[in-house]
Amino acid sequence: MSSERLPIKFRTENLDFYYGPTRALKNVTIDCYDKKVTAIIGPSGCGKSTFIRTLNRMNDVIAGTRVEGRILLDGQDIYAPDVDVVELRRRVGMVFQKPNPFPKSIYDNIAYGLRINGMRDRKAIEATVEKSLRGAALWEEVKDRLDENAFALSGGQQQRLCIARALAVEPEVILFDEPCSAIDPIATAKVEDLIEHLKTSYTVVIVTHNMQQAARVSDYTAFMMLGELIEFDRTGKVFTAPANKLTEDYITGRFG
Amino acid sequence: MKTSTRKGIAQAVGFLALRAAMGLVLAVLLLFLYDIGKKGGGAISWEFLTEAPRRGMTEGGIFPAIVGTFLVTLITAVLAVPLGMSAAIYLHEYAKQSRLTRLIRLSIRNLSGVPSIVYGLFGVILFVNAMRFGTSILSAGLTLGLMTLPWTVTASEEALKTIPNSYREGAMALGATKWQTIRTNVLPYAIPGMLTGTVLGLARAAGETAPILFTGAAFYLPFLPRSLGDQFMALPYHLYIMATQHHAIQQVRPLAYGTALVLIGLVLGLNMTAVVLRYRLRRKHR
Repeated sequence: MSSERLPIKFRTENLDFYYGPTRALKNVTIDCYDKKVTAIIGPSGCGKSTFIRTLNRMNDVIAGTRVEGRILLDGQDIYAPDVDVVELRRRVGMVFQKPNPFPKSIYDNIAYGLRINGMRDRKAIEATVEKSLRGAALWEEVKDRLDENAFALSGGQQQRLCIARALAVEPEVILFDEPCSAIDPIATAKVEDLIEHLKTSYTVVIVTHNMQQAARVSDYTAFMMLGELIEFDRTGKVFTAPANKLTEDYITGRFG
Repeated sequence: MKTSTRKGIAQAVGFLALRAAMGLVLAVLLLFLYDIGKKGGGAISWEFLTEAPRRGMTEGGIFPAIVGTFLVTLITAVLAVPLGMSAAIYLHEYAKQSRLTRLIRLSIRNLSGVPSIVYGLFGVILFVNAMRFGTSILSAGLTLGLMTLPWTVTASEEALKTIPNSYREGAMALGATKWQTIRTNVLPYAIPGMLTGTVLGLARAAGETAPILFTGAAFYLPFLPRSLGDQFMALPYHLYIMATQHHAIQQVRPLAYGTALVLIGLVLGLNMTAVVLRYRLRRKHR
């Protein structure tokens, strides 16, 4: 395991997660470093999506689930009783597997997060919408059609719109839950470029079952299997000299 | 080759049977509308719609019944719409899916199958007697409201079910509270469906006789109701009287058909409103 002296943004300590009686995460301990990209890879059903959804407590809405262990964001336990989940989710944004624009205009999609967080000033909203769309490398493509319905965009554009929507509320961390599994290769390349760019300002955690993607975009890689963390290290190390036989088998395509 | 011919014949026969079934249903409906239209059309006039019955209801119009039905439906709506929608929002968005909520849901479905006369008797006990509203437009409206509630709850919940979960998760991931999520990213898209189901329920209530029979509808009243505590005339009850209880049934038959036509027109109008409403709201949001 790595032992670098980088500032830690997210740390999970002995994290267990249960869907009813089923234990989906087993004793997972990972550090996600500040302003780095951490990729979670592993075969289907290994718990990587469950893991990322514990980081913004999105699993809370599923009945019968339970968390054990601790998750620290800037050293503070996000499952502590006095934590404001709504504020946590504003600080920890999320981009979902399938692009999920709201059935509103492009403009209103971005402005939505600002309005629910209490921003009323029209000028400020307008400026933030532009900044967010620029941040998601979508501005040039949509600046003349902000009033159009977001469903009119292509799948890849919709996903970048969702990224822009997440950027608008100025989170500190952005979670990507297999963001490219529903879009084509060219759109995927754009999203990957974007992630590369985002890490200058944000901490990024990305779940992917595309190993090349993890190798391309991430600084650190965690390999999970059956709810357990098998290996966690610098991405270069995991892909060139994995410490664990299981990791090696997986990245060389022997299973998965 | 042989099997494909056989399949082709089976398909043709199947389609024919389905078409015939639909044609039959449509034919019955059209025949029914034609018959009532032919027999009642002659009775419809400006006076018929705007005047009170005269001479033991052998002459004059049905204005008090129209007003009565309108008012009682309004009270029904005031009770059933906000309560039904709220209950549906609670059941679908807030309540944990447990054995209790399944039981509640099952009970609501069953309530929508309870015969309307049972609601009528329940209304007598609860509103007329226990709550001392007397036989009044209020008691009748509340009784109809109770009867409509299961419909509005069920229809509203079905409408909420059609909203993809990704709208809810997307909003919450941006730091929206549960209520903000529901208010700004679920309800705006669910309301067209909720309203459609609700208006259909109201249309059904407007045509009911049994629930208002003992709770507030009057045989004949020379005046319009002036307060919620007054009795009232209503179209379905008026029709029932004209068709079965009147002392000169043969003589007033055209008036009965005219009343039926107005009642059908009213229900049809409400249903059309539901369709138009849904269409308009949908377009606004797409």
